[in-house]
Amino acid sequence: MNAEHAPSPGEKHFPPFAVDAEFEAAADKRIAQYPEDKKRSAVLPLLHNTQHKFGYIAPEAIEWIASKLGIEPIQVLEVVSFYPGFRQSAPGKFHIRVCRTLSCAMAGSAELMDKLEELTGADRSKCDPHHSPIAVSPDGTWSLEFAECLASCGTGPVVLVNDDFHEDVPAEKAAELMEKYNSPAK
Amino acid sequence: MSEVQYLPGKEPHPREYRMIFKNVDRAGWDPSIECYMNDGGYDQLKAALKMDPIAIREEVKTSGLRGRGGAGFPTGVKWGFIPPNNTKPVYLICNCDESEPGTFKDRYIVHQDPHQLIEGMVISAFSVGAHVAYIYIREEFPAGAEILETAIEEARAKGFLGKDILGSGFDLEIYVHRGAGAYICGEETGLIESLEGKRPYPRIKPPYFPAALGLYMAPTIVNNVESLCHVKHIIERGGEEYAKLGVPRNNGTRILCVSGDVKKPGYYEVEVGKLTMGELLNDICGGPKDGRTLKAVIPGGSSAKILRCDETYKIGRGDDAKEISFWDIDMDFDTVAACGSMAGSGGVIVMDDSRKISWVLNNLNHFYAHESCGQCTPCREGSTWMKKISDRIVSGKANPEDVKTLEEVAYQIDGRTVCAFGEASSWPVEAIISKFRDELVAETSEDNEYKSAEALEQMKYL
Repeated sequence: MNAEHAPSPGEKHFPPFAVDAEFEAAADKRIAQYPEDKKRSAVLPLLHNTQHKFGYIAPEAIEWIASKLGIEPIQVLEVVSFYPGFRQSAPGKFHIRVCRTLSCAMAGSAELMDKLEELTGADRSKCDPHHSPIAVSPDGTWSLEFAECLASCGTGPVVLVNDDFHEDVPAEKAAELMEKYNSPAK
Repeated sequence: MSEVQYLPGKEPHPREYRMIFKNVDRAGWDPSIECYMNDGGYDQLKAALKMDPIAIREEVKTSGLRGRGGAGFPTGVKWGFIPPNNTKPVYLICNCDESEPGTFKDRYIVHQDPHQLIEGMVISAFSVGAHVAYIYIREEFPAGAEILETAIEEARAKGFLGKDILGSGFDLEIYVHRGAGAYICGEETGLIESLEGKRPYPRIKPPYFPAALGLYMAPTIVNNVESLCHVKHIIERGGEEYAKLGVPRNNGTRILCVSGDVKKPGYYEVEVGKLTMGELLNDICGGPKDGRTLKAVIPGGSSAKILRCDETYKIGRGDDAKEISFWDIDMDFDTVAACGSMAGSGGVIVMDDSRKISWVLNNLNHFYAHESCGQCTPCREGSTWMKKISDRIVSGKANPEDVKTLEEVAYQIDGRTVCAFGEASSWPVEAIISKFRDELVAETSEDNEYKSAEALEQMKYL
């Protein structure tokens, strides 16, 4: 499983995978949402908890989730590798997802992405939508990814920065958007 | 009830009929249960719990409600597919995976009026006999998932969820289950696989409906967010009264989400079929941007076949047969279908004369190539081939033959896959080529690097 994990400059912003009592309790709460003999259903929620706290899904996390749910690690890995929402290497401290799909594209999302690339220093030239969708800036502060339709087509271009949603962000507003996150107070 | 006031600049258009979106952008409104209950919230649940569950289903059938997720299947009929002799638990799933490009209605319900959805779900679960329900919400709505979790806690604290709801003896728990960024999870059997903790490969049909065999091999009803909200209003008005909204066979209201090249894009809730395309685009949305004319419209989410603004359509049969222009298309399920497209999810994407159709086609091809789950060969390979060919067209490297090849690939996906994604990915291509062939061919050239016979041969293996 190590083959999938590439070191990322974003890693320094996230703690290494480790399970404490709070994390375990949150996992148990999710598992209780499903019938007792259908624990496998909790694989997505547990992966979300993991990624939220540790930034990405490390191989140790896959092992832990598998043992927690009584399934094989491959049954967790195949889920991680399928869904675009899960990553196997760390993003930046602020992960920016720009909607790429038609309505946002008409509103200028490609131009926005170009501007963000310039401002953050993240190099998207080696990105491809399936295998390496994320580019991280050299200092690990920012990462960029094109997302498919974020369902706010009337107010494009739209972006998600970590869990925050922003609408009507044309390229001219890229710097303003970054300012909201990169001020010394954050 | 006092007149509902809306936030400045967010007032509904006079042609709108706000029912589901009554509280969206409402002045002084917040998603808390107190706010909802002060406005009569959960009264319909109280009324419904005194009814016979079968009677609720009959009201929903009488109302004529058709699913708002895209297929337009009658909701009450779907509920009736649960086997009568069933002994397994029944599950209700709310499909909140809203991810059809062009569609942005469920977002506002979840973020601004979560209790309307929960009330609709409790009534629906009571009717179909489900004691556990899941809201499958797309991962890209992280705030929405939190709002729903809070709303569920509030509803439980008030006794609208949990054991013996309002003393009726009916138990129900609702849980939020977050997806992880895959469009295919909007397909109901893919969604169920995902909820079971697997890759969301859609299931082979039959059984055609999860109502027969769904989550954990048990009868499962999967309904769209908006559809479940309508159930509350059907109880409030009664099925017959509700059915007076809209036009026959296309009852109720529907939220049209307009995006792209109009002056005022946005969401507009209207009575189904009481509005034409021209009225929607020109009167409500302010028409094209200055100096532009409208070129084409995708009327029901990106999977719907594109319509040209200069077309006419022959609709109806026998004495009812008539020819109508694009602008006179009634925005209901049946008329849009008669014009060769579909009303789908209500996502209306508008393109003006500044847009190159090859660019539009290529954007959509990239979407479908990214989102194909890869289970069926025609779709997995075909969607990528289509993307590669349209990449060549937009970059000026295509041969005129490529347009024909692209069309052939599309027709070889359509109808040859386990789920409707095959049609979703190929219909836009088929329609764009059939309606804009000349424009596409004009972007190709006999003099490019793919001209040679060897290159054409190699392209087969792209």
